[in-house]
Amino acid sequence: AVVSTQSTGVIDYAVKIRVRPDSLGVVTDGVKHSMNPFDENAIEEAVRMKQKKIVKEIVVASCGPSQSQETIRTALAMGADRGIHVEVPAGTDADLQPLAVAKIFSKLVEKEKPDLVILGKQAIDDDANQTTQLLAGMLDWPQGTMASVVNAADGRLTITREIDGGLEDISVSLPAVISADLRLNEPRYATLPNIMKAKKKKIEKMTPENLGVDITPRLKILNVVDPPVRQAGEKVPDVSTLMEKLKEKGHL
Amino acid sequence: MSSTSFARGIFLGELREEEIFPYPQVLDSDQKETISMMMEAGHAFFQNTNDAAANDSAEKIPEEQLDEMRQLGMYGLMVPEEYGGLALTNTMYAKFGELTGEYDLGLGIHTGAHQSIGYKGILLYGNPEQKEKYLPSLASGDVFACFCLTEPSSGSDASSIKTRAVLNEAGTHYVMNGAKIWISNGGIAEIFTVFAQTPAIDAKTGETKDKITAFIVERAFGGVSHGPPEKKMGIKCSNTSEVYFENVEIPVENVLGEVGGGFKVAMNILNNGRFGMGACLTGTMRMLISKAVDHANNRKQFVSNLREYQGIQQKIARMNLLCYANESMAYMLCGNMDRGAPEYQIEAAMSKIFASQSAWDVCDETIQILGGAGFMKDVGIERWMRDLRIFRIFEGTNDILKLFIALNGVQELGNLFKKQGNLGTVMGLAQKRVLGMGSLKTKVHADLEPSVKQLQEDITKFHIATSAQVIKYKKKIIEQQVVLNRIAESSILLQSMAAVISRANLAAEKGDTSEVVLASAWCGEAHQKIAALVADMQNADLTKVDNATLNVGKLSLDNNGYLAQSPI
Repeated sequence: AVVSTQSTGVIDYAVKIRVRPDSLGVVTDGVKHSMNPFDENAIEEAVRMKQKKIVKEIVVASCGPSQSQETIRTALAMGADRGIHVEVPAGTDADLQPLAVAKIFSKLVEKEKPDLVILGKQAIDDDANQTTQLLAGMLDWPQGTMASVVNAADGRLTITREIDGGLEDISVSLPAVISADLRLNEPRYATLPNIMKAKKKKIEKMTPENLGVDITPRLKILNVVDPPVRQAGEKVPDVSTLMEKLKEKGHL
Repeated sequence: MSSTSFARGIFLGELREEEIFPYPQVLDSDQKETISMMMEAGHAFFQNTNDAAANDSAEKIPEEQLDEMRQLGMYGLMVPEEYGGLALTNTMYAKFGELTGEYDLGLGIHTGAHQSIGYKGILLYGNPEQKEKYLPSLASGDVFACFCLTEPSSGSDASSIKTRAVLNEAGTHYVMNGAKIWISNGGIAEIFTVFAQTPAIDAKTGETKDKITAFIVERAFGGVSHGPPEKKMGIKCSNTSEVYFENVEIPVENVLGEVGGGFKVAMNILNNGRFGMGACLTGTMRMLISKAVDHANNRKQFVSNLREYQGIQQKIARMNLLCYANESMAYMLCGNMDRGAPEYQIEAAMSKIFASQSAWDVCDETIQILGGAGFMKDVGIERWMRDLRIFRIFEGTNDILKLFIALNGVQELGNLFKKQGNLGTVMGLAQKRVLGMGSLKTKVHADLEPSVKQLQEDITKFHIATSAQVIKYKKKIIEQQVVLNRIAESSILLQSMAAVISRANLAAEKGDTSEVVLASAWCGEAHQKIAALVADMQNADLTKVDNATLNVGKLSLDNNGYLAQSPI
C-alpha cells in the first residue's frame, strides 16, 4: 500500500495573495483553494505505479478542516482507492506545522503499514519542505526527496533527485519515504466519471487526539509582510554623474 | 397540480411567491462538492487542452480532442447512471455549462446539439427498450446525435414541415423521405431525432390528416446522407449541415412518443433544454466583463485611465447589471425545474430571450471599450461577437418567443374575462387589484423593500394595461405584434425584477448585503422601462404613430426596397 499525502488545500497558485491586516498571515477566507501542485505529482506517481502493478493499493491522507475532504475526493477521482481525513477544527489549520503533520503521518504509517509513502516536496503556502524529512527520520526509513524520476526493481527504488548542483541518483530499500517534484510527471485531471466513482470510495475520519498526537505549534509566526515595493530607478546622462550618485548614496 | 408560475401570474396582476421566494437552493452539500470538482476538471480541460481560436480557424474540433472529451465524460451529463451517464440535475448541468460559455461557444453547441436536444427526446419520451438500446453509446460519446426539425420552407413555422414518413403495408416500417437544413452535428451524427408528417386517422371524423411524428433514425438504416459543412458567421467548429432522407426504412419500434404527437415532442425538447442558454451565457458575460474591466483599468487616454471616465463606468455598470439579472433568472429557472415546478415554458422563453440579447449587448460594449483592439482577430473578442449572433436566432427566434410569451399571457387573461363577464366588471376587478396588493408573505430585507414596492406597482400597471389591450382587440390581438411585443418585453422585465430581488434577498439573509445595490439598480432601470412600455400600450396617439410607421414598412415591402429617392 502507498500512503500518498495531501496537505490541506492550498490557495490556488493563480490567486493574488493579500497580507492579513494583523500581519500574521495571508487572507484565506473566501479565497479559491486547490490541491497543492506537488501533491498532484505525488498522487499521479502513485496512480502510475498502481497501473504498472508496482503497488496494490493507494491510500490518500490529509490533515485539515472539513474542506480537506474535497482535496481527498480529488485524489480519489485521480485514482486513489481510499482516503483518511485527519480532521482539525477550522481556523486551527493555519497552525498545523510540518512537525505536527509528520507526527500524524508516522502514526498513520504504524496503522496502515504501507511499503511506500509519497508526499509533495513542499506546500506552496509555507514552502517548508520539511515534512518528508521529519517523517523519514521518525520512521527511521530511507528518504528520496525532490524526486523527478522513480523506478522500481527487485524490491528497491532508484530515484533521480533534482538538487542545486544538478541531478543525483540514489537507490533506496523499501519501505521508504519519497517527496515528489514538479517534473516527476504530468498529473492527469480527474474525469467526470471518475469524480462520480470517487463518491463511492471510503474516507475514514479521525482526529489527532485519536492518534495520540499533540499538534500544538512549536513555532510562532511573528510577522508577515509584502515584499518591499520596488523603487523607481533614476536615469543619469553619463558615467561621471553615475559615480557621483553612487558615492552620494553611500554605495562606494 | 395547478400552476404556480410567477410569469403566468403577472398577467393576472398577481405576485405569486411560491416560485420566487426563497431563491431556489436545490443542491445539497454532496452535489455542491461534486459540481465544484467537475468545474475544476472542466477548467483544466478548457485551459490546457482546448484552443477555441484554433477550432474557429480550422472550423473543426480536432479528432484527438473528441476522444479526450469522451474520456472526460462530456457527452452524457444528464443521462441516468444505469446507462453510463453522470445523472446531473438541471442546475448542475447549467453550472457546468458556464464553462463552454466562458471558453468556447462553438464547442458548446457541438456538445449541446448532441445532448441538450439531439438525444433529449429519448430521455424524455423513450420507452425502456429505446433507452437501453441507444443511451449508453450516446452518453459515452461513441456516437453523436442531432435534432432534425428545420427545413428549407419551415423554420419558425415548424408545423409546416414536409418530410414525410409513411407506414409500409406490412406495418413493420415507416418509409421516410425529406430534407432538413442547418442541422447541428448533422454531418457527424449516427442517431437522428427526426420530425416528419405521418398520415393519421382522426378518431372522431375518420378523416386522414397529416400529423407530425418523432422518430429515432439511425444512419445505419440506409438512405440517410448529409451535405458539406455550412460556412457560418460563428460557432464555426460546430458542424452544421443538411441531412437527406431517401426511402429510409424506420422500424415502428423507433417511433418516439406517440404517433401524431411529434409536434409536442419537439416543443418539449426545446423547452426542456432552453434553461441551458442562460447559464452558459452567464459564463460568457462574466468573461467579457473581466476583459473590459482589465482594459479600462490599464488603458490611459488624455489625463487618466479609462476607469476614471463616467462614460466607461456606466458601460461597465450596465454590463454587470445585465449579467446579474441574467444569472438570477437562469438559476431561478433551473432551480424551479429541479424543484418540480409543474410548468416553466414562459419563464424558459423569457430567460432565453434575455440571455441572448444581454450577451450580445455586453459583447458589443466590450468591443467598444477596447476600441480598435476589440476589432482585431488576435485580441480574441471579435470571435465572441460572431459566435453570439446565432443565440438570438436558433432554439426559437427571440421574435417568435416574445409572441409566444405574450399570447400565453393574453390567453390567460382571455379565459379570466370569459369567466368574469362584461367590461365594467373586469375593470372594477382590476381596480380592486390596485388597492389589494398588500405586503408580501415573505419577509424581505429592508433595503430591498423599495424594489418590492416598484415590482408590485409595475405588475398592477402591467396587468391593467394588458387587460385593456385584450378587451380592445379581442381575438384580433394575435395580429397586433407591436402591442404583443410591448407586452412581452414588459413581462420579461418584471420576471427579471423578481429574480434579482429574490437573489439579493437570499444573499442578505446569509449576511451579505453587497448584492442589494445590484438588485436595486436593475429594478430602477427595469421600472423605468416598464413604465414607458405600459404608457406606450395605452397611448392612443402612439397607436396612430405605430400604424403610420407600419404603413412605411408595407410601402417598402411593396417597393422592393428603400422608399426614398436620393436627396441630391
